[in-house]
Amino acid sequence: MLQFDDLRLRVGGTPILRGVTLEVAAGEAVGLVGESGSGKSMTVKSVVRLLPPGSRTEGAVRFDGVDVSSLDAAGLRRMRSRDVAMVFQDPRAVVNPVRTIGDFLTEVLRDQGVGRTEATRRAARALSEVGIGDAVRRLHQRPYELSGGLLQRVVIAAALLTGPRLILADEPTTALDVTTQEEVVAILNEQRAARQVALMFITHDLELAAAVCDRIAVMYAGEIVEVLPAAALHAGARHPYTRALLNSRPGAVAPGERLRTVPGVPQSALTAPPGCVFADRCPHAEARCREVRPVFDGSAACHLLEAR
Amino acid sequence: MTRASLLAGGHQPDPAALAEIRARYHLDDPFPVQYWHWLSGLLSGDPGTSMVLKEPVTALIGARIGNTVLLVAYAGLLILLLGVTAGVVAAVGGRRVDQALTVITTVLMAAPAFVAAILLIWLFATTLSWFPVYGSGTGFTDRIHHLTLPALALSGGYLAYVSRITRTEVRAELAADHVAAARVRGLPRWTVLRRHVLRNAAPPIVAVSGVTVAGLFAATAVAEQAFGVAGLGSLLVQSAARQDMVVVQALSLLLVTVFVLVNMLVDVLNAVLDPRLARAGAV
Amino acid sequence: MSAMSIPMPLRKPAAKRGAAPVAGLFCALIVLVAIFAPWIAPYDPDALDPLNAHAPLSARHLLGTDDLGRDLFSRLIHGARTSLAGPLIVILAAGTAGAILAITAAWFGGWFDALISRTLDVLFAFPGLVLAITVAALFGSGFVTPVAALSLAFVPVIARVMRAAALRERNLPYIEALRVQGFSGWHICVRHLVPNLAPLLMVQAAIGFGYAMIDLASISFLGLGLQPPAADWGLMIANGQPSILAGFPQQSIAAAVAVVITVVAFTAVAERLATRFGGDHAPVR
Repeated sequence: MLQFDDLRLRVGGTPILRGVTLEVAAGEAVGLVGESGSGKSMTVKSVVRLLPPGSRTEGAVRFDGVDVSSLDAAGLRRMRSRDVAMVFQDPRAVVNPVRTIGDFLTEVLRDQGVGRTEATRRAARALSEVGIGDAVRRLHQRPYELSGGLLQRVVIAAALLTGPRLILADEPTTALDVTTQEEVVAILNEQRAARQVALMFITHDLELAAAVCDRIAVMYAGEIVEVLPAAALHAGARHPYTRALLNSRPGAVAPGERLRTVPGVPQSALTAPPGCVFADRCPHAEARCREVRPVFDGSAACHLLEAR
Repeated sequence: MTRASLLAGGHQPDPAALAEIRARYHLDDPFPVQYWHWLSGLLSGDPGTSMVLKEPVTALIGARIGNTVLLVAYAGLLILLLGVTAGVVAAVGGRRVDQALTVITTVLMAAPAFVAAILLIWLFATTLSWFPVYGSGTGFTDRIHHLTLPALALSGGYLAYVSRITRTEVRAELAADHVAAARVRGLPRWTVLRRHVLRNAAPPIVAVSGVTVAGLFAATAVAEQAFGVAGLGSLLVQSAARQDMVVVQALSLLLVTVFVLVNMLVDVLNAVLDPRLARAGAV
Repeated sequence: MSAMSIPMPLRKPAAKRGAAPVAGLFCALIVLVAIFAPWIAPYDPDALDPLNAHAPLSARHLLGTDDLGRDLFSRLIHGARTSLAGPLIVILAAGTAGAILAITAAWFGGWFDALISRTLDVLFAFPGLVLAITVAALFGSGFVTPVAALSLAFVPVIARVMRAAALRERNLPYIEALRVQGFSGWHICVRHLVPNLAPLLMVQAAIGFGYAMIDLASISFLGLGLQPPAADWGLMIANGQPSILAGFPQQSIAAAVAVVITVVAFTAVAERLATRFGGDHAPVR
């Protein structure tokens, strides 16, 4: 349903994505994991062409086989309003602060020609589906009257309301209290699974991604270095970067022991070397790692794995 | 010349007449007593009688307030309509449009009301004769016709200012996350602009416009004087030149009251437009 | 048209980058012209020549003559004196008074601060032009009255900004540290607070200069400032108004252009100062 085909992105000459290849099937949940600045967010935003000014793309993002960069304004709008929905990091920033929750939920439906009463009825139902009681009262409230967790549920309800086939969730819990994070993710996943909606889920948290998603794609410095089934995260991780990430989780060490980190500084796409992007921090790097860029073979991009 | 002899209007006034005048206007009382006479009169609804024109202040104001209110309304309408429109167009219209409007507003901003008045008089008195350059007119249409140039002179700088503020505020909203989110939800450009950008940019624009319109009442002095409009501003200036304190005091009090009232009104309106303010207890 | 309400040329693109040095040179030029007016002006500004009234622009009379045959170029040059001196006095007086009030209010706080702040608020509600007209009615027209009235009107404008800045500065840890070291309040104010606030005051004064100039010219224009036959720009604009209708716009136009260019130039320099020293240079209101 969704394909990234060697997608490259430059913003004002600065490389952000250096060749992303990934597929998302209908109803599938894919987790996109990586450090800050690895290009996760831009990958997802390129699906709905929400790119900063001065962006130039090469390669393609295809939705239902259609290259999104070829869509005209009306086509793009149709895709955004009917097929794809997005859940952002900070619900406070994305819900218009001076309008009511009801306005926020119904405006897309109203624009699609649904009557006011019907739109309100559906909005109220959507709120109760994401576990918000007293929906009718909530519709008349404004964003500042709701907690962050509650507001993010509203955003999720709005995303589900238009019946999309793909939801893009860009770190939907980062801005929330730790206590509400799990709840929000659980609701998002439960609701989208029930409707067979595909999901691209961005997170820093490998464990969370594994819990929610079918497959996990690990990104580093603007490229995908490994894709693996969520169930095989621990046993199946082969790329040195993925393994380093797994080792640096607090749960990976015994209590009292010093936490492990990935050695070195995160590489950015801007300063990426000619060879493997991870070579500088990789404990197993060899000479060719620094010179030749490894090819992504569908599951990982690493010279050392080819040799095995 | 003492104030009493000024009032008597003659160069060699009769001492008896002078004494009569001094008694009528309490000119021999100490200043606080004079002030008290005026204040108590004002509080009982009578601001007194002009010393020079020998007419009650209420009658003087009543005869002129219509012109001033019409002039302020006219100029205010120009400021809001043209200023806000130009600001929005500059913010969303692309580089060329933005630059052109920036040049225009820069020119307008640099020209204070009296300069604008002089240029308009020059243009419309010698070259074009579309609008009269002097007088107040009679009847509604004729008055509007007469007040066009004063309103233009009065509104120019404020219009440019409101346009600049509008442009900045709309720009800021356009860059906001919730606007990007609304776009990603596939809403039409115009809907996003209206419901999210303009709606959210409205409170600061209303605040600035309101303060501007409040300031117009004081600024009418220049426009009315330049175009010979019989209004409160020109009455204030002429009374000041004649040292007619009764009229000046009443008028300045009126103008300041209106200034304060309009500002309060704007605060209330803003609280309605931006529910967050009301919650913060800004009213 | 008052200090509080007039939206003047702030943040214009002309004030950006390249324009500032040009504007600075122009300001210097105007100041020199004002100082050396009697030596520069080709004619006595008050010399009447009724037979040569409304002379057109020529080599003998660069800007022509007015309705009484006085040389307009000479009058414009002499007009720079009062037109610059007025706003300068306003800014010096209001700047000094505003800064002292602001710093004492911020330093002592409590009821003293409340008293000063509320008084300034009341004064602030009085549009500068209305205040100036009222004062002119009380004390008569001339040069001193409008300048004094406008100085009073500008005090709250400057004091408000300065008080906020002084309050911020006063609450910085270094002030506390100085106190702990036993320095007197007077010493801290004069040696630390004032020097640190000086750049902001300078910016406020420079911006206020343009506003003051326009307000004073407005008052002159209304006939409540300097009286004929004085050569003052605002007055020249008003006096030339009847001649416009007769087809001789030189006097009003020349004086109007002089006011506009001078205000724009001084404001451009003020803007440059503001970006240089940072600080809050938001327009008054």
